[in-house]
Amino acid sequence: MNTPTATVAIDDLRYAWPGKPALIDIPHLVIGAGERVFLEGPSGSGKSTLLGLLGGVLLPDAGRLAILGTEPARLRAGARDRFRADHIGFIFQQFNLVPYLGLVENVTLGCRFSPRRRQRLGARVNSEAERLLGALGLDVQSLRHHSVTELSVGQQQRVAAARALIGAPELVIADEPTSALDANARAAFIELLFGECGRAGSTLVFVSHDPALAPLFPRSLRLTDVNRAATPAEAA
Amino acid sequence: MFRLALKSLLNRRGTVLLTVFTIALSTALLVGVERVRSEARSSFASTLSGTDLIVGARAGTVQLLLYSVFRLGEPTANVSWATYQQIAAAPAVAWTVPISLGDSHRGYRVLGTTGAYFEHYRFGNRQPLAFAHGEPFAGVYEAVLGSEVAAKLGYSLGDDIVIAHGIGRVSFSNHDDKPFRIAGILAPTGTPVDRTVHVPLAAIEAIHLDWQSGTRLPGRGISAEQALTHDLTPRSITAFLVGLKSRVATFQLQRQINEYRGEALSAILPGVALQQLWSLTGVAENALRLVAACVVIVGILGMSTALLTTLNERRREMAILRSVGARPRTILGLLCLEAMSLTLAGIVLGVLLLYAILAAVRGYAASQFGLFLGLGLPTAAELYALAAIFSAGLVAGMVPAWLGYRRSLSDGLAVRT
Ligand SMILES: Nc1ncnc2c1ncn2[C@@H]1O[C@H](COP(=O)(O)OP(=O)(O)OP(=O)(O)O)[C@@H](O)[C@H]1O
Ligand SMILES: [Mg+2]
Repeated sequence: MNTPTATVAIDDLRYAWPGKPALIDIPHLVIGAGERVFLEGPSGSGKSTLLGLLGGVLLPDAGRLAILGTEPARLRAGARDRFRADHIGFIFQQFNLVPYLGLVENVTLGCRFSPRRRQRLGARVNSEAERLLGALGLDVQSLRHHSVTELSVGQQQRVAAARALIGAPELVIADEPTSALDANARAAFIELLFGECGRAGSTLVFVSHDPALAPLFPRSLRLTDVNRAATPAEAA
Repeated sequence: MFRLALKSLLNRRGTVLLTVFTIALSTALLVGVERVRSEARSSFASTLSGTDLIVGARAGTVQLLLYSVFRLGEPTANVSWATYQQIAAAPAVAWTVPISLGDSHRGYRVLGTTGAYFEHYRFGNRQPLAFAHGEPFAGVYEAVLGSEVAAKLGYSLGDDIVIAHGIGRVSFSNHDDKPFRIAGILAPTGTPVDRTVHVPLAAIEAIHLDWQSGTRLPGRGISAEQALTHDLTPRSITAFLVGLKSRVATFQLQRQINEYRGEALSAILPGVALQQLWSLTGVAENALRLVAACVVIVGILGMSTALLTTLNERRREMAILRSVGARPRTILGLLCLEAMSLTLAGIVLGVLLLYAILAAVRGYAASQFGLFLGLGLPTAAELYALAAIFSAGLVAGMVPAWLGYRRSLSDGLAVRT
């Protein structure tokens, strides 16, 4: 049923936080290579939890979850972290940057933990970081000497996108990266993200509680539809 | 990872600097106490060597040692000249050096003795006294200065000085009718000798001819020249140092002196007396060390607290590091590395601080307390103390590191902000 090239393949995935009722119960979900998927769900519906499972930071209680054909649950802890470093880029809602690192250093942070990304870029780690920042609409030269904490939220999210994208990971996971932006900036950010994902050949999984973003994506899913654990009360 | 830790610390330089400074101060205190303690012991121990017995009027071992050798405190009674002569003539005795104390010159003690002093007194590693200028006194009204007396008071050979009665720094009764000519200045020894004015025993007798029980007898002035015509053999001395022909005889002679019938005497072995002194001061030393150790513990706990309070602010940072593939172990290592760098920086700064303080106060300590503080490399005991501080810092740093590690495990990527 799952194509061998599927970026994400889920069968009967179940997860509950310790001492809490089942939060995730997804019978079946496949996301193919190169797809841009919008995953919509209200607050508390388990979006971030699902992304934690995709990233191999959380482990499923039952069922199967495979990224690029590999099940993180079957890897040892170290290999799991390494797998995440090599194949997955994350963008969070807010506060994405390490305050004591510079602009370019924040972008190349992922390469520190991933020999594979470094290898792909060769000696061009820094120039690729600058290219990505430029492509995402940031003027590296004028921002270079500022602390990253002085950037606007929109600018910070672009730096985070560059960090997720550097070294062309197969999967980019964005957890409400636009919720702090206004409607125009939101659309512009998503456009830029699409462009660079396309260029890197990365699959994009984008979650948000905001259904208004759905039309921007080729494919959109409602977590309440794919997740059996979601009760009508939570979905409301 | 080291650069990551360093940058994270630089980002919080305010608290980091305070923390490092706290550790530095406590390190300087602990090592400083240790250094002062060991320097005090070694400078005491090197003040007198080659002397087998010290003999004085019956007194406590430590008391006799302190006033005869270190010019600390006051003798309670004297030894009569006849008794001294008798013991000095004992067959086992190779040499004796009489000592007569009680007068002073501008805050420096005046010591009456004989030429034997310059011949037999040994300090440090059995070094004899050496003259920087001049030679031992020959005439009655001649003095030999310790190096510090000459340097501090700006005296040179041939100058005249006046001796004050008693040992107060400011004295109103001077022996100003009998000035002394400076015949010699000793080379520095790093011992109380440097702070002593040496005059002949006969001179002590001469300047006190017209004195009785502390006051000058009115109308009975005896001039310096007249005094020379009197019999200047001392009636008594304060104490005397004894060198033996063979050390085997030490205990026997000591017992004989202690049981001497004519007069109540004490004979002490300098080494044994020093040991007694150390056991007396040991309690205070240990108390001081304990306090210093407590200060170090407080400093290190301060570091722990500083690291702990930042942990909350840094949850996001940890989640970001996890999201780019940092292992929980990496985060543990990062936090440990920070604690280690803080402690190490504190220790290095503390040692530098200590040397700066030592360099600044050593002149004062030497002149005021006769304490000669060396600027040598840390001793084994000091290195041991530094290692102890470092390990304590590591252990204390483990706590916040471990908490941060546990937290980043349970937080995963979903940190509420
Ligand atoms: N670290 C955690 N420990 C225990 N329970 C957690 C933890 N993180 C999330 N939860 C619980 O899981 C449920 C879903 O949380 P999750 O963050 O996945 O929701 P979300 O859809 O991302 O919500 P939001 O839109 O507000 O980000 C919540 O009820 C929350 O209490
Ligand atoms: Mg969320």
